[in-house]
Amino acid sequence: MNLALAPETLARWQFGITTVYHFLFVPLTISLAAITAGLETAWVRTGKQKYFHATKFWGKLFLINIAMGVVTGIVQEFQFGMNWSDYSRFVGDVFGAPLAMEALLAFFFESTFIGLWIFGWDKLPKKIHCACIWIVAVGTLLSSYFILAANSWMQHPTGYRVDPATGKAQLTDIWAVLTQNTTLVVVFHTLTAAFLTGAAFVVGIASLHLWRAKRRRLRGEELGEKQRHQVGAMRASLRLGLVVAVIAGLGTAISGDSLGKVMFEQQPMKMAAAEALWDTQAPAPFSVFAVGDVSKGHNSVEIEVPGVLSFLAHSNFSEAVPGINDIARQEAARYGGKPDDYIPSIFMTFWGFRLMIGFGMTSFVAGVIGLWTTRKKLWLAPEFRTGEDEVPRLMLTRTREMGPFLTKWSWRIGILTMGFPLIANSFGWIFTEMGRQPWAVYGLLKTGKAVSPGVGQGEVITSLAVFTVLYAVLAVVEVRLLVKYAKAGPDTDELPPARDPRLRLPSARTGAEADEKPLTFAY
Amino acid sequence: MHLHDFWYLLIALLWTGYFFLEGFDFGIGVLTRTLARDRTERRVLINTIGPVWDANEVWLITAGAATFAAFPDWYATLFSGFYLPLLAILVCLILRGVAFEYRHKRNEERWQRNWEQVIFWCSLLPAFLWGVAFANLVRGVPIGPDKNFTGSVLDLLGPYALLGGLFTLVLFTFHGAVFAALKTVGEIRDRARAQAMWYGLAAGVLAVAFLVWTQVQSGNGRSLPALVTAVLALAAALGCTRLGREGWAFTCSALAVVAAFAVIFLALFPDVMPSTTDPRWSLTVANAASSPYTLKIMTWVAGFMTPLVIGYQAWTYWVFRQRIGTRHIPAAH
Repeated sequence: MNLALAPETLARWQFGITTVYHFLFVPLTISLAAITAGLETAWVRTGKQKYFHATKFWGKLFLINIAMGVVTGIVQEFQFGMNWSDYSRFVGDVFGAPLAMEALLAFFFESTFIGLWIFGWDKLPKKIHCACIWIVAVGTLLSSYFILAANSWMQHPTGYRVDPATGKAQLTDIWAVLTQNTTLVVVFHTLTAAFLTGAAFVVGIASLHLWRAKRRRLRGEELGEKQRHQVGAMRASLRLGLVVAVIAGLGTAISGDSLGKVMFEQQPMKMAAAEALWDTQAPAPFSVFAVGDVSKGHNSVEIEVPGVLSFLAHSNFSEAVPGINDIARQEAARYGGKPDDYIPSIFMTFWGFRLMIGFGMTSFVAGVIGLWTTRKKLWLAPEFRTGEDEVPRLMLTRTREMGPFLTKWSWRIGILTMGFPLIANSFGWIFTEMGRQPWAVYGLLKTGKAVSPGVGQGEVITSLAVFTVLYAVLAVVEVRLLVKYAKAGPDTDELPPARDPRLRLPSARTGAEADEKPLTFAY
Repeated sequence: MHLHDFWYLLIALLWTGYFFLEGFDFGIGVLTRTLARDRTERRVLINTIGPVWDANEVWLITAGAATFAAFPDWYATLFSGFYLPLLAILVCLILRGVAFEYRHKRNEERWQRNWEQVIFWCSLLPAFLWGVAFANLVRGVPIGPDKNFTGSVLDLLGPYALLGGLFTLVLFTFHGAVFAALKTVGEIRDRARAQAMWYGLAAGVLAVAFLVWTQVQSGNGRSLPALVTAVLALAAALGCTRLGREGWAFTCSALAVVAAFAVIFLALFPDVMPSTTDPRWSLTVANAASSPYTLKIMTWVAGFMTPLVIGYQAWTYWVFRQRIGTRHIPAAH
């Protein structure tokens, strides 16, 4: 059989495509839920209309996004059984539990309260309506926690034993699965990355509107009232986005460092592959650029910073870090087979790791610069202060504004880096999952033994083709909708409900009136 | 009672809850073509389930995940065995969910018409395919000694399975029509009632045919009362619809859905997937179950969460209890 079309290869492509695609929507959903909730809270507490308009605006983009997240998530739940039935049989006792908890604790929260939030604007009192979006946000956090606990068990199995009678993994300690350090650090890393993603998205779109308004002013046009309201909503959003970007970016870096240390200990091969470190070295250098050759077992081109890898792995500059060749020999001796069988794709892990850090940290740096240059108006000399409904000046110091060229490019960079964390997230997952190969469950089950033996090549090709085409079409539809609604900006004509609706049954007279009123929102 | 018996019951309840809830969602989807006469009426129907369809669908995710946790072998054999029908269902559910959320996002004729087609076909097809899947489940499919499905997709399309598909399709459409009559106001409500009568009669005939076939083929003393209940509930739902008692009609059609799936699950027990190749190779509640420890953990989680979920989900139905009609539909934007 042609190796390229082996069931394992096809099933892996399908899992990779559907999962990376699903994870484009997940981090945006997690962070936009919380950002929308924060803005609605600001509106409920202050009553300022700019927060109401911002809530509505980001809420719309959030809903376009979550729709895709929800429906692509259904596939995630079922494809373990479809393409990976031997995996499911082997791990079900352990892996199924967090998945079922995710459904019961998280998915019901999200799906039920998102319905209340969308349709409930004139049916629920403000505070309860606001609580609904917070519950959705909590649901997304719980969901990520449980699914990452399941994934962490594949990275570092714990709290189980292999049943000698059946040869399958059996759960012995759910607490160990839910609280092992892999789980906790991965959750921290994934959530901070998710918030960086949403922050960059908000900053990008807010920059687009503010830069548009700024150019209009530069051309000497006056802004109308509607536009000033839009600027007010976008300016508040920009600040919120920048603050979130800086906190989340910092958190991503810290948690990434911790995760690296955990992985050096638990999966040394993955980290050696991330660095294309072929031979054990003490002190080990950090590789900036390398072109490796798996068959020769060394790199042909290399640029290195001495000692840094030792520091990343062990917090000192001299300790030894094991290399790919040594680890592969050890694993082959332990699990059988050739050392080459235990080396993941060095090209994908090495570059995936670098692209993840590069794209993620670019957004963090952009956030720091943005937060500094648009810092609060009272810190600035009076002549540079701008009103709440004006585009902020980009200030280098208290009295020094950026020149026109820098100003232009600062706004443009804000817009252009909008999707950078999405790229970083994708490469992060590609790195961590490909870096674990040849294992599906590290040290326990190889990916080749995890596929469904009863599913034919034709069936897998069919589903791979169907999902690829379907997802591509939906991507076009989704992005075009996002662009349409993002470009339109907040609808500042829309007013919040005049009276706070009550949950109690209305009296007979007012009830009849309410019965005739059209719905404020309908599909 | 063994823990795995209890989990069989719980998973049966999750699937049955799913069909009770998404059953009328599918029905509403079908009715957008057969009942609604124009776009505004289609929107009335879609908005009767607008706030709740997503949470209804989560019952499916939960049923799937709970099966994974409690009966890994059942999960593995079922979804790898019923590969292509399940793929079709997944594609439909993806498109249908997107259609609900995106249809109104552009005020363009072609855009809206296309998504409305999606809502119709992607409601009709899963309503049919779930019946096919569960008919196969209770009848049994070729399963080898290693618990893997050994048949082909054609084995899943026998006359009994197709009858099962037709039965669930018509039953869900009836359930949807009764729900539409309960949730709408104005002229569409009267027509929903009138159509419900016809779907109800057809569902009654199909119920007798399919459920009696099931009873003769795989039934037992436990499934017989459920069969009688299903048929009587359908008859009562028809009677209540005729009398204009929409709340009771919906209660009865819901009972009919629940009882029909009770027949299937009671007839199946203690197997979870009987093998037609050799009964020794059948998956049973005992040989497909997780370890007692996992089941115990999950019992605690389900024991706390299920009542809470049902509570807040019921609350959303109460918040959106108001009937809607064409006059409530705001202009497209």
